[in-house]
Amino acid sequence: MEGDIVQMGAYIGAGLACMGMGGAAVGVGNVAGNFLAGALRNPSAAGGQTATLFIGIAFAEALGIFSFLVALLLMFAV
Amino acid sequence: MATEAQGAGDGGLVFHPMDQFMVKPLFGAGEVGFFTLTNVTLWMALTVAAIFALLVLGTAGRATIPSRTQSIAELAYDFVRKMVEDVAGKDGLVFFPYIMTLFLFILFANVLGLLPMAFTTTSHIAVTAVLAMMVFLTVTIVGFVRHGAGFLSLFWVSSAPLPLRPVLALIEVISYFVRPVSHSIRLAGNMMAGHAVVKVFAAFAPMIIISTGIGLLVTPLSILAIATIYALELLVAFIQAYVFTILTCVYLKDALHPHH
Repeated sequence: MEGDIVQMGAYIGAGLACMGMGGAAVGVGNVAGNFLAGALRNPSAAGGQTATLFIGIAFAEALGIFSFLVALLLMFAV
Repeated sequence: MATEAQGAGDGGLVFHPMDQFMVKPLFGAGEVGFFTLTNVTLWMALTVAAIFALLVLGTAGRATIPSRTQSIAELAYDFVRKMVEDVAGKDGLVFFPYIMTLFLFILFANVLGLLPMAFTTTSHIAVTAVLAMMVFLTVTIVGFVRHGAGFLSLFWVSSAPLPLRPVLALIEVISYFVRPVSHSIRLAGNMMAGHAVVKVFAAFAPMIIISTGIGLLVTPLSILAIATIYALELLVAFIQAYVFTILTCVYLKDALHPHH
């Protein structure tokens, strides 16, 4: 049992930052699910939109990655 | 990044999952200075050598009916060229060599990093941040050279109602400057997280030695998990290289055609 209350707070905060993953999961699932729904309605147009799909996923995922960044900063930089 | 094997003393993991990301000198155990040969240097050199082997040696035959290596090289070339043309437009093709270089470097660094005992260079923010800053600077300079002050119309959304435009301009400016951050951290974060997950399961794999009863199931389950995550990581390695390059194309398109 060493360390101090600041470190404890940092670790708890790093854990809490993991909740951002849930947001990213909702976002990515939303993009992919809506893409699939659209693609099944009009399969011929789906092929041309895969790039858009990946761009959308990347943007949604970026915000989840920011929470990972916050966790890393709390673990190693604070 | 992480201190070495923190948990070893108090019955935790035998190795820390972040140990694999430590930059170590190749020869000796001295300090890492500016010109020290480290495992990062080694794996970057291997990445470049692999790309050289594929593109230069692979296509050296220049056969009309391509060999297998030549087909792969041509496939990669066509894939990236089509991506640049589709997203950035015909005038974006001037930047095709740069984007091809980015794509192949990231793809090979990601895939080579999946080899056992390998070092993933793209898992370090220092590496990806340089790549992303280069893209950011290129795009900004190209935008201002091509359009002068007209490039600033990128931030002025003319399709929005007038009272809303200043607010949107602020948001657009912020999102423009966050681009290099998200661009670099997306790649590094994905690589780092995936490899750390594999290592966490790898730490559970030898449990069969000390456990009894239901604990015996831990080893086969974790080996299964490693195999599954490894397959997923192969996919992620490709998708992240693809996402990095396609976002570069999107940013390039913004610089070449800034008008909304």
